Amino acid sequence: MRITRMALQYRWRLFAGLITIFLASGFQLAIPILIGSAVDAARSLDGNNVEIANGMVVSAIDEITGVFGEGSDPAKTALIIIAVLLFIMSVGRGLSAMIQNYMGESIGQAIGYELRMLYYEKLQRLSFSYHAGVHTGDLITRGIIDVEGVRMFVQTALLRTVFLIVLIGTGMYLMLSEDLTLGLISLSFVPFVAWRATAARLKLRSNWYQLQERLSALTKVMDENLGGIRVVRAFASQDHEMKKFDEASNETLALANIQVGIRASNISLMGVAFMLAMAAVLWVGGLKVIDGELSPGELTQFLAFMSILLQPVRQIGMMINGYARGSATGGRLFAVLDLVPEIQDKPDAKDLVISKGTLEFHNVSFGYEGEHTLNGVSFKVEPGHTIGIVGPPGSGKSTIAHLVPRFYDPIEGYITIDGQDLRDVTLDSLRKAVGVVEQDTFLFTASVEHNVAYGDPWAPDDRIELASKYAQLGDYIERLPSGYNTLVGERGVSLSGGQRQRLSIARSIMLKPKLIVFDDSTASIDAATEQRIRAALTDLTKDRATIIISHRLSSLMHADEILFIEQGNIVERGTHEELLALGGHYNDLYELQIRPTEFDSAHRESEGRDNDGGGS
Amino acid sequence: MATRDVHERSHEIPPKASIKLGPTQDEEVFGNAFSGQVVGRFLKYVMAYKALLWVAITAVLVFTITSIAIPLIVRNVYDDALKEGAGDRSKLAVMVIAFLIAIGFNFVANYLQELIVGRVAERILIDMRRAMYSHLQRISLSFMDKTEIGKLMSRLQGDVAALQEFLQTAVFALGDLVLLIGIIGAMIWLDWRLGLMTLAVLPTLFIIRIIWLPYARRSFLRARVTSSIVSGALAENINGIRAVQGMSREYVNYDLFDIRATDNLKAANRASKFGVMMLPIVDTLTGAAMAIIVIMGGFFVLGGTIEVGVMVAFVLFVQRFFDPIRALTMHYNVLQRAMASGERIFEVIDVPVDIADKPNAIDPDEIDGSIKFENVTFGYLPNQPILKNINFEVKPGETVALVGPTGSGKTSTTALVHRFYDIWEGSVKVGGYDVRDVTQDSLGRHVSMVLQEPFLFSGTIFENIKYAKDDATREDIVAAAQAVGAHEFIMKLPEGYETELEQRGGNLSLGQRQLISFARAIVADAKILVLDEATASIDSYTEMLIQQALQRLMEGRTGMVIAHRLATIRGADRIIVLQDGEIIEMGNHDELMELGGLYSRLYSMNYASFDDIPDELIQQATQAAEGTST
Repeated sequence: MRITRMALQYRWRLFAGLITIFLASGFQLAIPILIGSAVDAARSLDGNNVEIANGMVVSAIDEITGVFGEGSDPAKTALIIIAVLLFIMSVGRGLSAMIQNYMGESIGQAIGYELRMLYYEKLQRLSFSYHAGVHTGDLITRGIIDVEGVRMFVQTALLRTVFLIVLIGTGMYLMLSEDLTLGLISLSFVPFVAWRATAARLKLRSNWYQLQERLSALTKVMDENLGGIRVVRAFASQDHEMKKFDEASNETLALANIQVGIRASNISLMGVAFMLAMAAVLWVGGLKVIDGELSPGELTQFLAFMSILLQPVRQIGMMINGYARGSATGGRLFAVLDLVPEIQDKPDAKDLVISKGTLEFHNVSFGYEGEHTLNGVSFKVEPGHTIGIVGPPGSGKSTIAHLVPRFYDPIEGYITIDGQDLRDVTLDSLRKAVGVVEQDTFLFTASVEHNVAYGDPWAPDDRIELASKYAQLGDYIERLPSGYNTLVGERGVSLSGGQRQRLSIARSIMLKPKLIVFDDSTASIDAATEQRIRAALTDLTKDRATIIISHRLSSLMHADEILFIEQGNIVERGTHEELLALGGHYNDLYELQIRPTEFDSAHRESEGRDNDGGGS
Repeated sequence: MATRDVHERSHEIPPKASIKLGPTQDEEVFGNAFSGQVVGRFLKYVMAYKALLWVAITAVLVFTITSIAIPLIVRNVYDDALKEGAGDRSKLAVMVIAFLIAIGFNFVANYLQELIVGRVAERILIDMRRAMYSHLQRISLSFMDKTEIGKLMSRLQGDVAALQEFLQTAVFALGDLVLLIGIIGAMIWLDWRLGLMTLAVLPTLFIIRIIWLPYARRSFLRARVTSSIVSGALAENINGIRAVQGMSREYVNYDLFDIRATDNLKAANRASKFGVMMLPIVDTLTGAAMAIIVIMGGFFVLGGTIEVGVMVAFVLFVQRFFDPIRALTMHYNVLQRAMASGERIFEVIDVPVDIADKPNAIDPDEIDGSIKFENVTFGYLPNQPILKNINFEVKPGETVALVGPTGSGKTSTTALVHRFYDIWEGSVKVGGYDVRDVTQDSLGRHVSMVLQEPFLFSGTIFENIKYAKDDATREDIVAAAQAVGAHEFIMKLPEGYETELEQRGGNLSLGQRQLISFARAIVADAKILVLDEATASIDSYTEMLIQQALQRLMEGRTGMVIAHRLATIRGADRIIVLQDGEIIEMGNHDELMELGGLYSRLYSMNYASFDDIPDELIQQATQAAEGTST
């Protein structure tokens, strides 16, 4: 398994972990033996019984006792020595368990960290086509829950498995070699508890996933209710909403009850299985003691062994669950890590060199799954020139905006900047040269200042302020409670659509791009503000190539060339005046948008009727 | 290379746009461990399950007692049945049977305690959440306006869960306490000298844990917080991936993320250290206790003062008494958290419902669809009226457009028709009834509302159009969609009406969402329709559809529209021009044009929408209009 291979990098920690495993199991198992011999030592008045009871330890004890001399009571001496040993063993067990757990955890943490970084890096490099196709929530879950799953696997399952095998194995061996029948009886609870623990864990896990799903459904119900409280109130639908809530919440309750049920029956069954075995040991062992086949100390030893083994056997369930979870989450995680980004630098890619900044589309086609959204589009934008692109929704306008920074590659044709094919230059240099102002901008949870400077993180304050002013956002920012330091984004002040678009413009200005693409980025900005932004930007755009994509004609009427796109084809092209004169689609759209401002009373009469549908 | 440059610089000066995710308040604040008031109120919810809880408590006690009895029986096995040279089979049989009985009780009690406590806790969790949620459905909007949804959500989830955890622990803490006392009692009863000597290690453990706990807790908290920072950074990068890639922030972000992930790694390792630190301490103390038992107990056995079974029982007890101590110190933590959560929960439940139905509120089946504002004065903050002495009347079937600059009071006017807020002076009458005299339910039935930003719920398109109208048939839904011109695009979707909407209808365009919200209003079929027209510019084709849909929507209804589009305004029967909370002009389009006031000035500026007119121009127009009127 790949995770195990990753763990092997941490060789010395693993080694330390393994060593302490053997130490811990050794100490752990010595304790019952010592307790058993203590019992017998206390019962017997001479040290010989002890020796009979416990060859290994006691021979050691005897040797030491010899040193103490003959004068002291051998039983008392034995007790003291046993007590000291017991204490040492306990401390030893604690220390080695500490080291072992810490090693496990720290390897887990280290691998978690490593995976997290790999995952983050991979996500940043995966292309748009990938990100567009996956649910962001899923990606986040993988990055959080799945990394956690792998980490927990390393932490709890990997070293623990060895520990449990050593401990249970040796424990079983000791018990069985001591007394086969009694050993078998003592261990009779092991398979049952191991099975229960595993089965219950696995069931709990699948139930847990369902429960999480139901819980997130409930969260959605509550979140939407509170977010849409005005709708709820306006439709007086509190009852309806309570019903939705109750349904969702009862579903979670049902699952939670199942969960509780599994846990309750499992815990009590495991407990009773263990204690039944104990009763059997008492009965059979007791008879043996009465018959003189077994010393009471040995019986105590069995009981002590059993209680030591109970915990590890229960943990088998946890581990098997860990394996199941680890392989599932690991699988999902590696699936992402193994992806090859569709768009990446060629091995011999060079940085883009801008001499003038001329952008050219050469017969570019693009599409997904066989359907073309762009068909053989060619155009050229010179520095200082502006090209406007307009067309109905879904005509392929935005595709053009996405091709310029190479978010996607064309399937036919090619795009050049100053004669360099975009596919031959490094992504980084390209994207630094091209500024795309998006329609919907993502706000990072940070100050306004940091958001504006997102693409140029070391920009001086005055440049940030200037860019904000150009984008007509300066006044607004200055009125905010903490000005440029005001927190925005998910956990800060929320900006309106128009303000966000202005911030997006400011962001792009910060990049000082050699080429600017406005992708419907003024839709929520009122016409007058847009006018002012454009005026402020003339300085900036005068030696740059600019593409304006919009459905609002007033945004692009002034362009040097306007392309009217329909179903991926350029159907009309020319200046505003030329296109109006043409009397085609562009002209129709113009009529539709500008109509209310150009009317005489006669015109209005007929139009009014159209609009009202005869309703008034 | 430019990229390397950035990569290296990032280590010197911190780059901008690092997300700020500190610990949230909920995580940091630990309040009092006990608040009588919170516990008292919490008990009321618990008491609903009184009978079950008594069973659970009994089960906990039985479980504890049998747990203590089992080592005692083992001791008797040793001392009575296995006496050296005097082994007695029948006594052994009796003991084993006693043992089996104890196991039986232990099993049943264990099962019951786990089951009942678990289920009751789940149930109470749901009850409390429901109480809070249903209260939120009734609290006035002025409270909701001020409150962040995220905060409410964390109360509905995190705080409720903390209380649930508390309940579970409370019962088990009781068990632990009984167990601890039982063990101590049993040890002293067996042999008080040996008992006291063994128990001598207990205070040590308590002291160590009390010293350890605050440090450990801080390190655990730090690990949690850093981990949530890492998660937040990851989530943000995924959500903002377009901005990241579009602006080539990959290298900077990677470094920033590395700093956070490393922080988390360090914090987690530190927390691990604190966690594992307890292991040798507990083991050392256990070892010490056992050593004491072996030496002293052994001597007593040798001296004949105790029997060997007592020693065995002691060994079995020692191994069990560290667990309840560990659990008890942990419970303290839970208790603190629960008290803080409880306070926050009751804070929500205690928000007064200031807009409630009168006890004798009427619930008219039919109303005539008129709206009347009489001397209405209203504001959100004391002494800052938003609407001043507003008077107007809308006749049944009439469509009135509200027009005016931002902040003039249009939205407040529409909100009052629904009695979202109570007015200060005057009266608002709907269908001839004062809104304060009828039930809010009936207002909801007779007045429907279309918001500027269409709000859709997750679920299918069908469910969204139907919304709260449970008796609407499929035909009604389709007819409504057809009426607003949404049917066509709905049918083009892969699953038609059964298409699941993403969050907030994310898989539809703004225009499409608008149409669905129109259809929803048609299905609700109220006499009066209050509509806030969207301002965002929508592509011209959809715009046209919406204009047509609007006409259909208004048919046969009384309409009150906050209008932005000139076409909508011109189509209205009457136009009310608001400014600074006062009605300055009222009449139809032609009348107002003739009047030559603010409306005619704004209109003649030739903007497609009033919202496109820059503030300065509005100001000029206002001043000019004032000039002519005075």
